[in-house]
Amino acid sequence: MKSIHFAEEHEQLRTQVARFIDKEVRPAAPAWEEEGMVPREVLQSMGEMGLLGIRYPDAFGGSNAGPLSTVVFAEECGKSGFGGFSATVLVHTDMASPHLVHAGNREQLDRYLGPIIRGEQITAVAITEPDAGSDVAGLRTRARREGDSYVLNGSKMFITNGVHADVYFVAARTNPEAKGASGISMFIVEKDAPGFNVGRQLQKTGWLCSDTAELVFDECRIPAENLLGEENKGFYSVMQNFQNERLVLAAMALGECERGLEVTWDYVRGRKAFGGVLSDKQGIRQRLAMLEARVNAAQQFLYHVGWLMEEDIECTKDVSMLKALCGELVNEVMYTCQQFHGGMGYIQESEIERMVRDARIHSIGGGATEVMLEEVAKRSLQ
Amino acid sequence: MKILVPVKRVVDYNVKVRVKADGSGVETANVKMSMNPFDEIAVEEAVRLKEKGVAEEVVVVSMGVSQCQETIRTALAMGGDRGILVETDDELEPLAVAKMLKGLAEKESPDMVILGKQAIDDDANQTGQMFAALMGWGQGTFASEVDIQDGSIQVTREIDGGAETVKLKLPAVVTTDLRLNEPRYAKLPNIMKAKKKQLDTLSPADLGVDTTPRLKTVKVAEPPKRQGGIKVADVAELVDKLKNEAKVI
Ligand SMILES: Cc1cc2nc3c(=O)[nH]c(=O)nc-3n(C[C@H](O)[C@H](O)[C@H](O)COP(=O)(O)OP(=O)(O)OC[C@H]3O[C@@H](n4cnc5c(N)ncnc54)[C@H](O)[C@@H]3O)c2cc1C
Ligand SMILES: Cc1cc2nc3c(=O)[nH]c(=O)nc-3n(C[C@H](O)[C@H](O)[C@H](O)COP(=O)(O)OP(=O)(O)OC[C@H]3O[C@@H](n4cnc5c(N)ncnc54)[C@H](O)[C@@H]3O)c2cc1C
Repeated sequence: MKSIHFAEEHEQLRTQVARFIDKEVRPAAPAWEEEGMVPREVLQSMGEMGLLGIRYPDAFGGSNAGPLSTVVFAEECGKSGFGGFSATVLVHTDMASPHLVHAGNREQLDRYLGPIIRGEQITAVAITEPDAGSDVAGLRTRARREGDSYVLNGSKMFITNGVHADVYFVAARTNPEAKGASGISMFIVEKDAPGFNVGRQLQKTGWLCSDTAELVFDECRIPAENLLGEENKGFYSVMQNFQNERLVLAAMALGECERGLEVTWDYVRGRKAFGGVLSDKQGIRQRLAMLEARVNAAQQFLYHVGWLMEEDIECTKDVSMLKALCGELVNEVMYTCQQFHGGMGYIQESEIERMVRDARIHSIGGGATEVMLEEVAKRSLQ
Repeated sequence: MKILVPVKRVVDYNVKVRVKADGSGVETANVKMSMNPFDEIAVEEAVRLKEKGVAEEVVVVSMGVSQCQETIRTALAMGGDRGILVETDDELEPLAVAKMLKGLAEKESPDMVILGKQAIDDDANQTGQMFAALMGWGQGTFASEVDIQDGSIQVTREIDGGAETVKLKLPAVVTTDLRLNEPRYAKLPNIMKAKKKQLDTLSPADLGVDTTPRLKTVKVAEPPKRQGGIKVADVAELVDKLKNEAKVI
């Protein structure tokens, strides 16, 4: 609760988000899981609360707050216990729209940022391809210049908000001769661009209320002014945005850990067995206590990395460690929490059952554990 | 008109309250604290009156430890104009709070003071009434509807068996019930702006109030744990038990 990193406004933000999730998300989200999406009105309500423009300029309706506010927001989203809800929101706020804000010119900001902050236009970021995931530099979607247009060809895979987004930030190769990282550019593609198609909605293990799609670009023509940032320099902005993305995913994972442990402490306190309750068993209570200790330790690391970002201190190694750590920890926490729910943990009506499924992606998506550890190891070996 | 809204910092409604080991009170160390929900309703009502153009200024006041500033800031983020903290580490009973409110009302001359009908920590349900009595003002307690007319307020009150409508001359005291309104969320841009709003700090002595408690807490204890139920064989046994054991029919 008390922390050297957080000021009054962070606590107020936390309280407001928690209240919103308690009232508007937890009761309604089971239905969203069935429908496979978060209703747009919910995102608009969050827009009204100022939650979709936390770090963005106030001239566009944002709040000019810093990374620690984002950390608070993502933790509270995680605590909802609905990973699909968190993914829908956080991809919009912290993985997709930052591409616009960091690289967009005045006209692009004027056109898109207001509706994005208000939740009227939802965004997606399309980097991963069927044949290029961790190896971002291996992406093959092409964009060729034709007069005052660019024409895109290729496909994108696993794109969050892919089915229902309005605006997509798409990475494509503008220089086919250039190998690897150079020769990649970012583009703004609107939903109704000719030649842009949502290939299919993907059926996932978890994150059920988040829509995930394969996208197909077939001679997709967009105006040349939709180039985002400098041509052939897209890879570097992707890498830059990954830092925030990973911070946010770590915060979300730790929010989930907190909720999972809370639910499980509650469960073992009430579950009768062997003449008492499960929480009488040291084998259970000590394991939960140790997990809680590790989650608390990871949280302090999270806040520290959030603070480094707040101070603009280079922290790629720290962020990579944090992402690897939290992506694994949330899986350990959920595995054990499910275990101590006994048979009930395997049944869909228990909250933990969904949280287990939602946790799995944390060690894969947005920088898989192995890839994060490579980022760490490279720097340790330097 | 000018509205004064007292708000209290209490243990958050989601927290499972635990009694301190020595029985002297409830645990508040490291526990999430928030604005008393009834006071949130009061802030909301005042802000709505301001938005309607009925009120010009909404002044939020809290009494207690320095962290009550956070509670005031939340009210300012909801739309209050400025805040006053009467800072003290003493335990405050309703009478002391009412006296300090009187001091503030004399300084600020509000046309209306609107506050929660009770706080969810001690559930006293006394402050509004005591304050009205000290001021000699009219009071509309347990309000589910508030309608300001020229120089008066019409308050619909929740009472046993229905609703009662009273008309009060201004200045007056209103205490809020749950149905009065649904408080808004504080928007993040407003949270950021609230940091810059004026917040003055006074002490009880500045208001000439002695806050020494008039009551002594003897013991605080958990309510008894719920006992397991039993199965009855038939309706006759049920009726018998309700009549002779539970003595409820
Ligand atoms: C639900 C979901 C939502 C997603 N949302 C988006 C989105 O919105 N936008 C987007 O662009 N992408 C999105 N992704 C893609 C996600 O970022 C990728 O899945 C992730 O980057 C991993 O890439 P990959 O699936 O191609 O796996 P691969 O790169 O094929 O990796 C497979 C395995 O090999 C390991 N591995 C890879 N390289 C190495 C190495 N050098 N050393 C050791 N091990 C290695 C990985 O750690 C992993 O375990 C999403 C994915 C999912 C599942
Ligand atoms: C899909 C499914 C199919 C099933 N099919 C059948 C079936 O056909 N017939 C049938 O009769 N049952 C069936 N079961 C029930 C299954 O055998 C029980 O779920 C299992 O025995 C665990 O009991 P429980 O769920 O009550 O968990 P609990 O006994 O409540 O245990 C919860 C957790 O506490 C731990 N724990 C318990 N006691 C202790 C202790 N003393 N010390 C430390 N840890 C402890 C457990 O290891 C577990 O992790 C099924 C369950 C499922 C989920």
